[in-house]
Parts: sequence; structure tokens; C-alpha cells
Amino acid sequence: MDSINIIGMVSVITAGLTTAIGSIGPSLGEGRAVAQALASIAQQPDETNSITRTLFVGLAMIESTAIYCFVVSMILLFANPFWDYVVKKAGG
Amino acid sequence: MDIKAISPDQVMIWQWGPISLNATIMFTWMVMGLLVLVSWLATRRLSSEVGLSRWQNLMEILVKGMRDQIRDISHQEPAMYLPFVGTLFLFIAVSNLLSIVPGYTPPTSSLSTTAALAICVFVAVPFYGIRNRGLLGYFKQFIQPTVFMLPFNVMGELSRTLALAVRLFGNIMSGTKIVAILLAIAPLFFPIIMHALGLLTGLIQAYIFAILAMVYIASGTRAHQERQQRQEEKPEEKGEKPHG
Repeated sequence: MDSINIIGMVSVITAGLTTAIGSIGPSLGEGRAVAQALASIAQQPDETNSITRTLFVGLAMIESTAIYCFVVSMILLFANPFWDYVVKKAGG
Repeated sequence: MDIKAISPDQVMIWQWGPISLNATIMFTWMVMGLLVLVSWLATRRLSSEVGLSRWQNLMEILVKGMRDQIRDISHQEPAMYLPFVGTLFLFIAVSNLLSIVPGYTPPTSSLSTTAALAICVFVAVPFYGIRNRGLLGYFKQFIQPTVFMLPFNVMGELSRTLALAVRLFGNIMSGTKIVAILLAIAPLFFPIIMHALGLLTGLIQAYIFAILAMVYIASGTRAHQERQQRQEEKPEEKGEKPHG
């Protein structure tokens, strides 16, 4: 197999794995956070506003790790520097 | 934006010699122009009587909502922060929500726009911090609790700026990208649902960006207010504890 095939294959497989593995942790964390927030709201409905706001900020923080993985896999798929380099070399 | 282009930076609208105009710059200016035009039109004839115009009503709700949020988060007078944080929120929200217009790609789906916004926050934090607490008071918080924490505090400052930029970029870019991919696979009905979801995400991201900017600014200006607050709040907390 020449390098163009290897780079294409590895990029695609890695992009899939990155998003797959990278979304497990944040989804578990977000689930826990939302469950806890719902329990807190059920316990203290008066504090709904501040709980919701803190929840949103926290969710954004947790989610950003998944977003990093997504961005990395998007770069691997659509703006892969190694792929561009190899294609340019092969094209002359 | 087609499937291959990862950001609207790569979409050239117009080119003349070395001068080129890409989609990000054009749509950014369009959003800014729209905001200025609408707010100018709406505030041209303000009245303090009973009968309000619709636009004045909308503006009052927006400004009051933002002021209340800022006051809740920072426990300070919102007048000083409203121009900066409110502008961030309005710009991001409008540029995300306009994506229902065909042919429009949100400028926030380009990393350069979001990086610029994040750098604005990065500069605003010391600006407000120094203004509120003085030069020494602001820089003293970097060596809290000990001097050894200095590199970590600086790193935290930088990494949260990066996180702010990449979070907004990733969310909006993923929205447009998913719609583009679905248009190629199942063009009839499915992209509309994802588009609606994208609108929701866009508004939430605008809210979160503004809230986080406010939280960072508040954490840089807090110190003495916090001490005051703690003294005021302590009796209440003790009274509430038996309930919980």
C-alpha cells in the first residue's frame, strides 16, 4: 500500500474513533449534571433560575471537550494537512 | 457553503488582485450593519408615555433582560458591563439566528471570528479588573494562594480564551456542517429538523458566550465585593440550612 492509501484510511478511521470515544465521557458527565440539577430543582423550586443558569454554564464547559474531539475529527476529514501534502506531492 | 469548505473563510465572494473579500468578512459587516440600523430605527422616537412603539418595547425587554442577568451573575451594577457583554450577546445571537436566511453562512462558524471575540474577552478581563481594583490589586490575584500558582493561573487565563473560541466555533460549524452533509444524503425533510436544532444551539451558545464572558470579568473584579457579600449573606445561609 502506498502512503496515500494509508493516510486516507488512518484519517477516516481516526476521525470516527475520535468522535466516538470523545463523546462518551462528556455525555456521561452531562447526564449526571442534568439529573442532579433536576433533583435540585424538584427539591428547591425557588432556586430554579440560578440552578438553570449554572447548569447551562456547566454544560457548556463539559460539552467543550466533546467539541474539541469533533473539531479534531472535522480537521482530519476535511482539512487534513498530511492528505493535502501527499496529494500535492503526487500531483507534482 | 459546500461540504469541503470547513469555514466560510475559504468561500471567496469577490477578488481583485491582492484584495479579496471572503464570506466571513461580508456577513460580519452585514450583521453589524443590521444591528446598527435596527437599533437606530428603534431608538429614533423613544417615548416615556403609556403607548410604546413595538420596537421600543422589544429594545426595552432586551436591555432589561441583559441588565438583570448581569446583575444576577456579578452582583454589581450592570451599567459598566452592559455595553461589552450585551454587544457580544447581540452580535453572536443575530449572526447565529440569521442562518435561516438562505445563502447565509454564520460568520461565527469561522475560527477567526470566534478567536477575535475571545481575544476581546481576554483583553476586557484585565481592563475591568484594573479599573475596579487597581493595577496591583488585579495582578495580585495571579499569585493567590501562593507564588507557585503563577504559571497555572496564567495558563488558565490563556486556555479559557482558547476554549471560548473553539466552543463557539465547534458548535456553529457543526450545525452548518451537519446540514450540508444531510442535504447530500437525505435532502427532503431531515435537514430542516437539524436546522431548527441549530437555531436553538446558536441562541444557547450566544447566551453561554456572554455569560462566560461576564463570569470571567466578574472573577477578575470580585475580591472586595465578595467579602462584603459574604458578610451580608452569612446569617441567611445559617437560617436556611435546617430546611434543606
